[in-house]
Amino acid sequence: MPKLPAPPLPKALTPSPKRPGEGNGKVSAKDHAVEAGATAIDWIDERTSLSGVGRWAMFRKIPKGTNWFYTLGSATLFAFLSQAVTGVFLAMYYDPSPTRAYESARFITEQAFLGEFVRGMHKWGATVMVVLIFLHMARTFFFGAYKYPRELNWVIGVALLVLTFVMALTGYLLPFDQRSFWATIVANNITASGPLIGPYLGDFLRAGPEFGATTLSRFYAIHMLIVPGAIAALIGAHLYLVAKLGTTAPPWMKAEQDPKLLEERA
Amino acid sequence: MADDPRPTESKYTSERLIPGAFEGETVTRRRFMTGTVQVAGGVATAAFLLPALGFAIGPVFEKHHPTWQAVGSPREFPEDTYIPKVITIVQGIGQAGKTTTYVRKRNPRVDTDTPDQYNRYIAISTRCMHLGCPVRYVSAAQRFICPCHGGVYDFEGLVAGGPPVRPLDRFYTRIRNGQLEIGPRYSVNSQLRRFSPRDPAQPLDGIGQYLYPSRPTARKLPGT
Repeated sequence: MPKLPAPPLPKALTPSPKRPGEGNGKVSAKDHAVEAGATAIDWIDERTSLSGVGRWAMFRKIPKGTNWFYTLGSATLFAFLSQAVTGVFLAMYYDPSPTRAYESARFITEQAFLGEFVRGMHKWGATVMVVLIFLHMARTFFFGAYKYPRELNWVIGVALLVLTFVMALTGYLLPFDQRSFWATIVANNITASGPLIGPYLGDFLRAGPEFGATTLSRFYAIHMLIVPGAIAALIGAHLYLVAKLGTTAPPWMKAEQDPKLLEERA
Repeated sequence: MADDPRPTESKYTSERLIPGAFEGETVTRRRFMTGTVQVAGGVATAAFLLPALGFAIGPVFEKHHPTWQAVGSPREFPEDTYIPKVITIVQGIGQAGKTTTYVRKRNPRVDTDTPDQYNRYIAISTRCMHLGCPVRYVSAAQRFICPCHGGVYDFEGLVAGGPPVRPLDRFYTRIRNGQLEIGPRYSVNSQLRRFSPRDPAQPLDGIGQYLYPSRPTARKLPGT
């Protein structure tokens, strides 16, 4: 088991030990606060060993040539977090009943304090997340980062892409205006147009042969409970594999050859 | 075969030096315990997962009883053009549960479907058979036109152009107490043969009726 490297703190932040005879006996309130914080963190760390996990995940070696394209995954993650937080708070005002949904969405936009802003974040954030996940996928593809041993992470990423589409589709119905209603009718009929099992899938999604009383709440449950849970779990797996396998160098970086090998060839 | 490497004795014997193990024992206690715990866990998981899944897919198997709604006096409806009428297909969800149907009197010079007691008046569903957008009747062109992807249907509701895969659905009609009543939906193929109601985008000609099975919960009216 190799020893994990200590976090590379800059010199300025490393506390220097006190010289003998300096500040003897005087303990300030700040010292107490620092000591209490350190004690609390130590108490947790002694019982969980989480600092090792944190160091393992955060202080990884990354290849030469790592650049801004490598931040697209984190950007997608933050788009998801923003969707999760704004979504939870939108749920406090939204009412998923076919007769009340449109009015409650209008209440959020027009009357709730900062409602227009939070709803706007959720609406535009959805588009941003889809765009970012595609850019992240393109980066992975063009840098060849899906190759051995990272194939499984690519597969998990594709599952996350599909789940993001499911979020976009189910969320589109929730404002319950004309556009979202008919778009959902069309999406549902596309689902039902698959041979043999399509008709049953369509009925399952719609909770019956017609767009009915529970279709909206069904979409709502899928949108805010089932799929976000699955996405969060898969993001955990995705990040675990990133930390475990490390990132790839960009394709234009050439591996430095061992000089000894060069001599042998000559 | 003097040096046969295979063990001559069963591994399920007292030679394992486990107290209480006996000759001929095929399942060790450890394996039995593991199996019991796994089965118990499986049963416990199934006990909450199966009812929850059944709860979620239950509406697919819910039976729907035909309802009839009066839309006006039969004299109201001419032979040569359609009168739009709004009917409720799902109760209790406000505007989302309503749909428009175009109604006219059956015209023997135009209509080619087999006449019976349920089509003396023709009620055409506005659900486009491409992907379910609402079509409207344009009387100048005598065509039904879909705003979404350009589906066009002729006066009888047969496909005249665009992507739809079958003619517009219809509703059963009947006359009760001097009122025209609109009944349950049925689907038709390009020969206007009746089928139990299907979703849009499901063709009913040729192999289509087998690729897109009907719902066991919504049938045609008996005898049609």
